Amino acid sequence: MLDTKEKVVEIRGLYKSFGDLDVLMGVDLDLYKGENLVVLGKSGSGKSVLIKILAGLLQQDAGSLKVLGNEIIKLNYRELNKLRLEIGFSFQNSALYDSMTVRENMEFPLVRNVKNLTKGEITKRIEGLLDSVGLPQTINQMPSELSGGQKKRIGIARTLILEPQIMLYDEPTAGLDPITCGDINNLINQVKEEFNTSSIVITHDLTCAKSTGDRMALLLEGKFDAVGSFEEVFELAEDERVKSFYDYNFIRK
Amino acid sequence: MAQVSNQKKSVITPKVDKFFMGLANAYAFVARFFKEVFVPPYEFREVIRQCYEIGYKSLPLISLTGFIVGIVFTNQSRPSLSEFGAASWLPALISIAVVRAMGPLVTALIAAGKVGSSIGAEIGSMKVTEQIDAMEVSATNPFKFLVVTRVLATTFMLPILVMYTDFLALMGSFINVNQNELVSMPTFFVQVFEAISFLDVFSSILKSLVFGFTIGIVGCYKGYNSTKGTEGVGKAANASVVMSMFLIFIEELLSLQIVNAIRNA
Repeated sequence: MLDTKEKVVEIRGLYKSFGDLDVLMGVDLDLYKGENLVVLGKSGSGKSVLIKILAGLLQQDAGSLKVLGNEIIKLNYRELNKLRLEIGFSFQNSALYDSMTVRENMEFPLVRNVKNLTKGEITKRIEGLLDSVGLPQTINQMPSELSGGQKKRIGIARTLILEPQIMLYDEPTAGLDPITCGDINNLINQVKEEFNTSSIVITHDLTCAKSTGDRMALLLEGKFDAVGSFEEVFELAEDERVKSFYDYNFIRK
Repeated sequence: MAQVSNQKKSVITPKVDKFFMGLANAYAFVARFFKEVFVPPYEFREVIRQCYEIGYKSLPLISLTGFIVGIVFTNQSRPSLSEFGAASWLPALISIAVVRAMGPLVTALIAAGKVGSSIGAEIGSMKVTEQIDAMEVSATNPFKFLVVTRVLATTFMLPILVMYTDFLALMGSFINVNQNELVSMPTFFVQVFEAISFLDVFSSILKSLVFGFTIGIVGCYKGYNSTKGTEGVGKAANASVVMSMFLIFIEELLSLQIVNAIRNA
């Protein structure tokens, strides 16, 4: 399925706790170039914590985490920011800057990280991306004027403006109706094809997982107990915890 | 006995710990501001925008307050001065009171309420909705964009607002004096400028810079460190106002001591 087996993310023995609460307890995971890896788990299982560590927003307590060959914890602020240009992060609630228009939201990372762009080039890039996510008409709108699905799309477009190699999606379909969920799932697949990204999709929605994932990884009690294709992880699962997760999503045949 | 002492320890220690941790965090926040303010890239456009938001948009409230303070203070001072036959000293008394203390203090307290709370709430809600994280992951320094710009804007705008308040308070006072004592504008303002010295104006501006810095840094600190949730945003806004006002009064007291020491030297 995958073009190559080159690893873009390599996680070994990752631990993270908050006070007395152990969230990640020895996580091992690889993300290969050009794949969509879906990380599933119950709410509060540490899925979002994992990608926040990956983006350098949180620090692990122990373990190794390499992104594009760089050990995150060893990078200084400048090196980390350089690496962040290669990582796009789509937030659960979109995290659009609500005092700025859609255009300003998209300009914000671009003008601060890519030098010597003319106004025309910036506009062309923004309009191109808004076309890609199907929302060219929203360019001058404020985030408060957009629907939940539109905000998600704009959030994804904003992360793509820096042309990252890796995309991290945090609960991309949370709080959306089934039709908009389908649109977002299609967009995640489109991003992979069009921008040649490798992605980690965090979700507890099995429909999203099945539509977008090349591989699944199920986070249970701080560790990845099951990693593989959708069929391997769920349909052939023997573990009661995995079965119950699957049954809860009402899609077992 | 041992149990009692342990109980006391368990009640007091976390609060003391929290207090000193809070002080250390605040110190680190202020130190980070002074480190970041001199390092490029500079967010000039955002500083200008914040100056407009903080300065220009505060003008209606500041104008009204300054004008009323001038009228009320003049009216309240008149009976006491008249008792000693010194009503003609009203312009001098008002100018000293307004320039030395009331102008900076009233403006700073109003700005703490209006600007400090809005900074605390805005940054707090950005923290809660992960907008600050979004800046961080897009390789942009949110501290520079959000904190440095706002603190610079409050620091530079407050002295301007104070001078504006002083002027309006004196105008309010003039109208009152003109109506009651039939003093002309040139006479009133000659007395005003004779009463105040360069030290009064200079210390007032310097003090306003400190007040402005306090309002900005406290608002940003409370917002930046707000806990998750909408309740945290409300608390950040409230704490910004309370802490700013508390610090402004302490700074006023300190500045009074310093200026008096200079004046008497």
